[in-house]
Amino acid sequence: MVDVTPADAVPPAEVGEVELYHPHSWWTRYVFSQDAKVIAVQYAGTATAIGLVALVLSWLMRLQLGFPGTFDFITPEAYYQFITMHGMIMVIYLLTALFLGGFGNYLIPLMVGARDMVFPYVNMLSYWIYLLAVLVLVSSFFAPGGPTGAGWTLYPPQAIMTGTPGGQNWGIILMLSSLILFIIGFTMGGLNYVVTVLQGRTRGMTLMRLPLTVWGIFTATVMALLAFPALFVACVMMLLDRALGTSFFMPAIVEMGEQLQHNGGSPILFQHLFWFFGHPEVYIVALPAFGIVSDLISTHARKNIFGYRMMVWAIIAIGALSFVVWAHHMYVSGMHPYFGFFFATTTLIIAIPTAIKVYNWVLTLWRGDIHLTIPMLFALAFIVTFVNGGLTGLFLGNVVVDVPLSDTMFVVAHFHMVMGVAPILVIFGAIYHWYPKVTGRMLDETLGRFHFWVTFLGAYLIFFPMHYLGLMGIPRRYAELTDMTIMTESAHHLNSFISIMAFIVGFAQMVFLFNLIWSIRHGREAGGNPWRATTLEWQTPETPPAHGNFGKELPIVYRWAYDYSVPGAKEDFIPQNVPGSFAPSREPI
Amino acid sequence: MSVILVFLVVIAGFAGWWLSHQRLTSKPWLEQGLAGDFVGLDRSALPTAKIGLGVFLAVVGCLFSLFTSAYFMRMGLSDWRPLPLPRLLWLNTGVLVLSSIALQCAVVAARRGQTDMVRLGLATAGLTALAFLAGQLLAWRQLTEDGYLLASNPANSFFYLITAMHGLHILGGLVGLGRASASAWNGARAERLRLSVELCAMYWHFLLFVWLGIFALLAGWAGTFIDICQRLLT
Repeated sequence: MVDVTPADAVPPAEVGEVELYHPHSWWTRYVFSQDAKVIAVQYAGTATAIGLVALVLSWLMRLQLGFPGTFDFITPEAYYQFITMHGMIMVIYLLTALFLGGFGNYLIPLMVGARDMVFPYVNMLSYWIYLLAVLVLVSSFFAPGGPTGAGWTLYPPQAIMTGTPGGQNWGIILMLSSLILFIIGFTMGGLNYVVTVLQGRTRGMTLMRLPLTVWGIFTATVMALLAFPALFVACVMMLLDRALGTSFFMPAIVEMGEQLQHNGGSPILFQHLFWFFGHPEVYIVALPAFGIVSDLISTHARKNIFGYRMMVWAIIAIGALSFVVWAHHMYVSGMHPYFGFFFATTTLIIAIPTAIKVYNWVLTLWRGDIHLTIPMLFALAFIVTFVNGGLTGLFLGNVVVDVPLSDTMFVVAHFHMVMGVAPILVIFGAIYHWYPKVTGRMLDETLGRFHFWVTFLGAYLIFFPMHYLGLMGIPRRYAELTDMTIMTESAHHLNSFISIMAFIVGFAQMVFLFNLIWSIRHGREAGGNPWRATTLEWQTPETPPAHGNFGKELPIVYRWAYDYSVPGAKEDFIPQNVPGSFAPSREPI
Repeated sequence: MSVILVFLVVIAGFAGWWLSHQRLTSKPWLEQGLAGDFVGLDRSALPTAKIGLGVFLAVVGCLFSLFTSAYFMRMGLSDWRPLPLPRLLWLNTGVLVLSSIALQCAVVAARRGQTDMVRLGLATAGLTALAFLAGQLLAWRQLTEDGYLLASNPANSFFYLITAMHGLHILGGLVGLGRASASAWNGARAERLRLSVELCAMYWHFLLFVWLGIFALLAGWAGTFIDICQRLLT
């Protein structure tokens, strides 16, 4: 036991008070607000709204795949547009924006004990540019020719050619512009998240006392700041190829008997740039989820997180490694076998820190006082789903296995499990966990349990069969396969089944949305700390936290974030801002 | 992609150095109370705005490293015809160096509290930066008049693209410089003025450094340099 300073000898907080911007009107309080909490809700609301569009698009795709030929309005072109927009929206405009813009904005200042982000004005700009990006994206649905149908990876040359929907219309231009805007907006927000963690921490909040949620969001933001420029470069160069006829990516090409003006460009160059962003993006989404799930498990199992140090190191290691694996998305691009070998090795090495995290979650649960609350259910579901998705990742990380599986539904199943369902489960768990802090009321328990079971079981019924479809050799990316010999009767039935499950799971999300809105007024009063958690956001004088978060004085932090069930303590949790020691706490690990 | 990887190694080295000072091996579950010498463990003594700018410059550096990476990859293909750089670029480089020097003088003056000299420095820096941008536009015009159009060869495309990106960053910097000048003329508090002048100078020096890199790249010296390195290694 190292009791560094006697608790009663602590001088009052002398952290330099920041100059807070105080809103004067309804507009500056709720619309053009510089308060990170309001910006967080704006981010989350916008991301959810555009996410619903993507959900509807996935229904339309499933209509076509499950019941081909039944719906005339789903032409092959429309199907490609649905795929493209569904993927892009879900990965970037929903997951990235919700985890970093939504949870990042809400939780970072509260959890590190700051009054607000360090650059509130830039933070506000970040949201409005994000909204503009979303609007530009949505406008492409109404542009002549519709949105782009290039696939969410936007591979040239097809992305900007006549055969692809939106290729020679507005679709691709609006898509690229929207991405460029998103990256500019994100950079503004990202600077805030990083610098707030660096400079905004209250007294006593050392890095090793940060909740893992903050570690996850922090590391993911650093990665995003370094990875998004690659997408930016790719988008700008493709925009020039499309609009001004340069040949960065476009090779000499004959289209419908006509020689295009492009010459000599390299589509592989685009793939390198895209995946240099694209692979870190997976972990940009996963690391906040890892962090949040660690906190959910620890809080709801009433037990300190197992191996905190290892968890932090693993987050950093994953962040660093994820920059040297990008080409495992390009095994089928004709790369040198030695490169494939190199990237397969780095890919498999990432499994080590990831596995450490999974073991530590399980060991945290071991002999814990597990409360099967809804956030806990979602956290448990995440562990299972992430392990499942991760295991198929080991398959696909190997070149020899990836090459035959690369263009099949197996890949669709893999990435939906690992970066679709798993992070979304964490988002749901996190919403059930922090909703009481944001609104002051609990979400409805019965509706929540219904939502959980339908979503969890339903997602498995959707994506598990897809693995089998993939192993049967059913290719992805095709609007219709009815006349193919590989499309057997059973495969067809499986497809219809998946589609029906997709509608049911989608319906459960409507119940969730209803719960979100209904509980704002009718939910049970939550009180300040309904989960009896230790971290600072639950110790605010008001719930929901007022402007400036912590009332007159910022909290002082005396302990790490995981003092649950400390032997000798009166209650089974000790908040981070409670002084004094309770010796002997536990054996050193 | 080797340029961006080298850049990331530098960033990682910096991050590793910083992390190594954060007691990542401590056992937080055993340490209660105010953790030790928290002066070193809490926030950095540097002003927050400087750290913010530092992080932003890392992102900008990342962006230009990626352009450079793309440049080298595209350069290896057969249709690459390097374009002759206009002589004007030398003059522009000189002007940009002057701009940086002027801002550095403004920083020194701000530290000494000589507001007049700060104003002079800021004005000179702003004017020379504008002159640089005008010079870049002239260079573009010379090239287009000589028939080196944007789309006619990838070397040209990269030339216009990278110089445009750099120019846009200068333009953005001018907004910041304008704000610093406003506070210099409106008589802001001395320390505040000093900070904003220092921020401008930091950004300016960085963009000058980026420009020198770009210039070397576009002139082909960077390629030659890498060739020599590769020959030494193999």
